[in-house]
Amino acid sequence: MKAKFLVPLFLFLLLAVFLGVGLQLNPREVPSPLIDKPAPEFRLSRLDDPTTQLGLDDMKGKVWLLNVWATWCVACRQEHPVLVQLSRSHQVPIIGLNYKEVRGDGMIDMHKLPAEDELPMAVNRANEWLDTHGNPYDVTVLDLEGRVGIDFGVYGVPETFLIDKKGVIRYKQIGPVTPEALKDTILPKVKALEAET
Amino acid sequence: MKQLLFAAALVLASASAMARTAEHVVADPALEERVLKLSEKLRCLVCQNQSIAESQADLALDLRDQVREQMAAGKSDEEIVDYLVARYGDFVLYDPPVRTTTLLLWGAPGVLAVLGVGALIVRLKRRNRTSTPHLDDAQRARARALLDGDGTPEADA
Repeated sequence: MKAKFLVPLFLFLLLAVFLGVGLQLNPREVPSPLIDKPAPEFRLSRLDDPTTQLGLDDMKGKVWLLNVWATWCVACRQEHPVLVQLSRSHQVPIIGLNYKEVRGDGMIDMHKLPAEDELPMAVNRANEWLDTHGNPYDVTVLDLEGRVGIDFGVYGVPETFLIDKKGVIRYKQIGPVTPEALKDTILPKVKALEAET
Repeated sequence: MKQLLFAAALVLASASAMARTAEHVVADPALEERVLKLSEKLRCLVCQNQSIAESQADLALDLRDQVREQMAAGKSDEEIVDYLVARYGDFVLYDPPVRTTTLLLWGAPGVLAVLGVGALIVRLKRRNRTSTPHLDDAQRARARALLDGDGTPEADA
C-alpha cells in the first residue's frame, strides 16, 4: 500500500481519538480555580444558634470538609446517607454550608416573604431535614443570600470542598459525594493532609 | 415621644420595604445598560450555552446582582471580570484570554489555515506541471494540420 493512502487513515484516527476523548469529558464539571488557593474568608450564623457565628479561622489547624447543601436540592438527598455514614466514622469533620435555603427554592416566592421571616423559615426547614435524615455536620452555617457560595465558586449544589490545616482548598467534589469518590479520592487525601504540618 | 417613635418605626418600615423592591425597579438606566453589556460577555455556569444576561437560572440572577452591585460601588468592568474569574475560572468568559493553556485554541485556526493554503499551493503547482501534455514533433504536426483544416478527416467523424 502506498504511503499516500495512509494519510487520510491517519487523519481519521487522529480525529477519532480527539472525538473519543471529548466524549469522555464532562462539560458540566467546571474546574475550580480555587484549588490550592486559600479558602475565601467567611463568617456566617450557625444553624444551631443563629446568634453565634462560625468562620474560616475557627477551623484553622484542622483538615475538614465543607459540604454545600440545601433541602430543595435533589442530589443532596442522594448524597446525604454517605455523609451520615462518614460522620459516624469520625475521620474528618464536616461543616455544612446551607446554601440559599429559602431563596434558592423555586417553589417559594421571595417577593411575598418579608426579610425577617426568612431566617426562622430557613432554620426550620434545615433542622427538619437534619432531624429526618440524620445530621452528619459538626456545625451547619446559613448562607441565606448565597454570597459565600459565590465566593467559593459554587455553581450547583451539592459541592464539597476539602480544606487543609492552613485553610487552603485542596480538592473540590462537584456533585454528590459518592462512596467511590470518598474511598478512592477524598479519604486518601484527608490522610495525606493530616500528615502535613 | 410616642409620636417620634411611631415616625421612626414608619421610616424603618418603609426603608425595609424599599430595600425589598429596589432590585426590581430600574433605578439607573445607564447602570442597567452597563450591567447588561458586561453580562452578555459572561457565561452562565449552570446553563452553559447562555450568557448570564440571557439566563434565568438562579445563579445567573445572583451573578447579575453581583455585577450590578459592584458597578454601583464604582468598580471597573475589568475588576468585576477578575472577581468572577477568580471564583469560576476562565470558563466564565466567552472570550478566553491568550495563555499558555489556550495557545492551541487561539493558534490552531491560524496554523490550520497556513497548512491548508500551503497544501493547496503545492497541489495546484503539481497539477499544472503534470496536466500540460507534452507533444512530440509528430503529434504537434498532426495537431497543427487538424487545426488548419487540411489534415486527413477523422475516420469516425
